[in-house]
Amino acid sequence: MSDNHEIITTKEISLHMGPQHPSTHGVLHLILDLQGEKVVNTEADIGYLHRGTEKIAENLLYFQFVPYTDRLDYMCAMSNNLAYVQAVEKLLGIEITERAKYIRVIAAELSRIAGHLVCIGSAAVDLGAMSVLLYAFRDREMILDIFEMLCGARMTLSYLRVGGVRYDFTDQCKEACKKLLELLPKRLEEYDTLLTHNRIWIDRNRGVGVITGDDAIELGLSGPSLRACGVKWDIRKDEPYLVYDRIDFDVVVGENGDSYDRYLVRMAEIRQSMRIIAQCLKDLPDGPFTVDMPQIVPPPKPDVYKNMENLIHHFKYVSQGFKVPKGEIYSSIESPKGELGTYIVSDGSEKPYRLKLRVPSFMNLQTISHMSKGRYLADVIAIISSLDPVFGECDK
Amino acid sequence: MTPADREEILVNKVKNAFRDAVMETAVYRGEVTHLVDKMALRSICTFLKTDPDLKMNYIVDVLGVDYQTRVPRFDVVYHLYSIIKKHRIRLKIRVAEGEAAPSVTSVWLGANWPEREVYDMFGIVFEGHPGLKRIYLPEDWEGFPLRKDYPLRGYKDRYNPYGEEKE
Repeated sequence: MSDNHEIITTKEISLHMGPQHPSTHGVLHLILDLQGEKVVNTEADIGYLHRGTEKIAENLLYFQFVPYTDRLDYMCAMSNNLAYVQAVEKLLGIEITERAKYIRVIAAELSRIAGHLVCIGSAAVDLGAMSVLLYAFRDREMILDIFEMLCGARMTLSYLRVGGVRYDFTDQCKEACKKLLELLPKRLEEYDTLLTHNRIWIDRNRGVGVITGDDAIELGLSGPSLRACGVKWDIRKDEPYLVYDRIDFDVVVGENGDSYDRYLVRMAEIRQSMRIIAQCLKDLPDGPFTVDMPQIVPPPKPDVYKNMENLIHHFKYVSQGFKVPKGEIYSSIESPKGELGTYIVSDGSEKPYRLKLRVPSFMNLQTISHMSKGRYLADVIAIISSLDPVFGECDK
Repeated sequence: MTPADREEILVNKVKNAFRDAVMETAVYRGEVTHLVDKMALRSICTFLKTDPDLKMNYIVDVLGVDYQTRVPRFDVVYHLYSIIKKHRIRLKIRVAEGEAAPSVTSVWLGANWPEREVYDMFGIVFEGHPGLKRIYLPEDWEGFPLRKDYPLRGYKDRYNPYGEEKE
């Protein structure tokens, strides 16, 4: 044996991951430059699901665009609905009813729980813990059942409308929510035993995809992923919309900004959402669930058959829509993924002149090359899952 | 701080610091918009980011708007937010067709992808961008879809029989 240690020289290779890879959460295409098993550079190639949503919006009446927002982040359709209708209402300058506000908060928080459950479940399956996915989907099913009770749809809800919500929040839904709030804490404890204290899960996630708060802000990260770096920024608290300023809840922050903290923040956010829902159910006031403005919210269909006036309102709404004052506004909400904003330029007609969606998945994905630099290939999977991109939203 | 104080800072601080560069200021539904000179954009952005009263450390979005008949044709809009001070501001520049806009990636790295998106959709080139190329559409795509003169259904080719005929 010679004393010379043979140095194994490895050539840098470029590996294409996706767009059909099962753990890239849809159609993410990553071009990874690898030195052995270490990632030197990551380039994300997106756009496989681009449908031109913004172009479509310019050619639709304001109320016709609501169903398209369901198809952005299809895991949490309520939040998308909310971001859009809230922007239109801001432009119109209308204030919705108290009951509608509470219903919207409940809907948005249910949707946040559903979204986070999918995120945690699919992150677990990506790292080999198949059972968690099935449990998470079982629990998400209860939320989808509530949505079905509420509006008949399970995924593409279109439940919120400009001026309020589409159907009333019935006592049956209330009971179902209460039942959910009773069951979910026990289920979350199960996740804790399956993941939070699981050595393999900790080994695969702790210290992986670390990003500092300053870097994250610089790169445009938002939502739970940013809070995992210790940045306390939640639009629900800092620029409260709906009734979030009356509700008692905590903004959960992490410390290390790694995949494990991002998971922990999401778990804690589910618990906070449950607190919010419980308070809203308690305080839910009686009253109408839409504004009394027939040109924006047409009368209920049965009334249209009986009353000439109502028929005219209905006809005008469906055929012409409603005019929105000239101007430009930006309105944003804290969606499960981060800051979801809508910027509308109105020329005073029935259709938006320009509608821009500021989608969190898109901006969050920018950080992927920073996070995966110098890490192992297997860590990239953990990083993608912890960022929770949804490509309906990212690609618009 | 009351909303009025906040507005005061957002409006006047920028106006006083850049008397010549701020061309128009509007406040609509509590949102402050400054229309600024393209040449001064980068220095205004640096000022917004570093000034202790403003501290706009987060770039929310960069986007384009096409006013087909107006000269100059495009607006590039910047939405900024301060995570420290909790306020928002909007900057706008006007860019003519074929003209380049200055890139703000040197101020906020996060502007990288949104600027690529604006380039992809409107064909506005950002000077000083580290890797300006299309982001959503394939690299050999012809045209810029969010321009007002681009047909809704696209142009007719072998993959798109319902598109409009190209003149």
